[in-house]
Amino acid sequence: MSAKHSEITIIGGGVVGLSVAMGLLQAGRRVCVLDGADSDARASQGNFGLVWGQGKGWNFAPYAKWTGEALAAWPEFSAKLTDLSGIDVALDQSGGFEFFTDADEMDEFAGMLAGQQSHIGNRFSHEVLSADDLHRQIDGIGEDVVGATFSKFDGHVNPLRFLRALRLSVQALGGTVKTNAQVTSVDPVTNGGFDLTLANGDTFGAEKVLLCAGLGAMKLAADLGFRTKIRPQRGELLITEKLRDRLPFISSTIRQVDEGGVQIGGTKADAGMDDSETLDVMAGLARHAVQVFPALADVRVIRAWGALRVMSPDGYPVYAQSNEHLGAYLVTCHSGVTLASLHASVLTDWIEDTSAAPDLEAFDEHRFTLSNAA
Amino acid sequence: MNIASRFQTPPEDGEPVQFTFDGELVTAPIGTSLAAALLSHSGDASRETATGAGRSAFCMMGVCFDCLVEVDGTPNTQACMTLVRDGMVVKRQIGLRGLTGGNDV
Repeated sequence: MSAKHSEITIIGGGVVGLSVAMGLLQAGRRVCVLDGADSDARASQGNFGLVWGQGKGWNFAPYAKWTGEALAAWPEFSAKLTDLSGIDVALDQSGGFEFFTDADEMDEFAGMLAGQQSHIGNRFSHEVLSADDLHRQIDGIGEDVVGATFSKFDGHVNPLRFLRALRLSVQALGGTVKTNAQVTSVDPVTNGGFDLTLANGDTFGAEKVLLCAGLGAMKLAADLGFRTKIRPQRGELLITEKLRDRLPFISSTIRQVDEGGVQIGGTKADAGMDDSETLDVMAGLARHAVQVFPALADVRVIRAWGALRVMSPDGYPVYAQSNEHLGAYLVTCHSGVTLASLHASVLTDWIEDTSAAPDLEAFDEHRFTLSNAA
Repeated sequence: MNIASRFQTPPEDGEPVQFTFDGELVTAPIGTSLAAALLSHSGDASRETATGAGRSAFCMMGVCFDCLVEVDGTPNTQACMTLVRDGMVVKRQIGLRGLTGGNDV
């Protein structure tokens, strides 16, 4: 076995790939993570850091359950990250709000949360707050806000420290992370395993290959016979100067990291691989933030950027094993931060096919074949 | 504290303007950036970080955010992107700004 041969090679060194690597390393596997080039679309570097359940899987019970389990597993996962990396990712699961300025939109979302609740019972909890309730609970909420939903299980982490903590944890567990390692082809070997070729011409052998490369997985996934079509969805976000005061809430569109800066985001657009920011969308974000919390009007925005979400056709995660090439796996999802706690733990049992493996049948990619046929 | 500056104000054609820096009267030629005026005024730090470390203007081109000061009540103002004006009231930026504006001091 050559030095360039690993038991398990993970293609993709973002939040998903590193989380999966952490789990496999803890199970005693030898793991090598191949991280792409700086110029690649890196969802993990643009992410918002939400550890969030509200609305997820409201009409797809398996995703509601999986998300509920992920939220419950976060405290232990966060502690492990700190142990391994020495970094506190500032997990705060004190509950999160969705604010509304349109009563119809709020009613619709409240209906979705009721659906989510019906799927998973006490793993999820939500409240629907009227404007009066909300203004009594939180000082400084704007008059245009007609109400909010709240879940006590929602929260966030510091997104950049989280990515760094993951990487250091993988290394602390003995994993290898190769940077600037763009995989151009994955070739199944006749008697099992795979040969990988990198853009710089290096080759690499592996018994198992996990595709966790987000948008970068599109071509390789098709080459390995996976059917999932992954598409980019652009989100834009604003970063404010750091504030000494703490915002009195966490919401999915306005949140303050522990260092003091406020992130404002949540937009969705289909713009292909164009991750540039746009003035009208940024202005809309600023308007939303000031509507929700007028004191932000005086706060400076110091950075803004666009980033590309990784979306499957139905928005739910894909956990699939290749039928054609034993040992090739596709792991892709939008909510890589929220689900990281499971990717770094029980997903290992699914990859290893142990008796403790979670039932992930609902997340197999055959669901796309079925819907195509219908 | 009085730390000698390593910077000098070049002779300029501009009329001198006066502003205060933490109450102290400072004179600089019109057209000078506030950061340049503060650097030539004193070698002392013009702000303190959230952890209490001293900082002064560094990049002089709006990138590093080390020149933050309070100008006429507005916190976290980039001195290198601000021209001196007569009667400007400038204060050191101490730590992070508050949500409602103003400053610790």
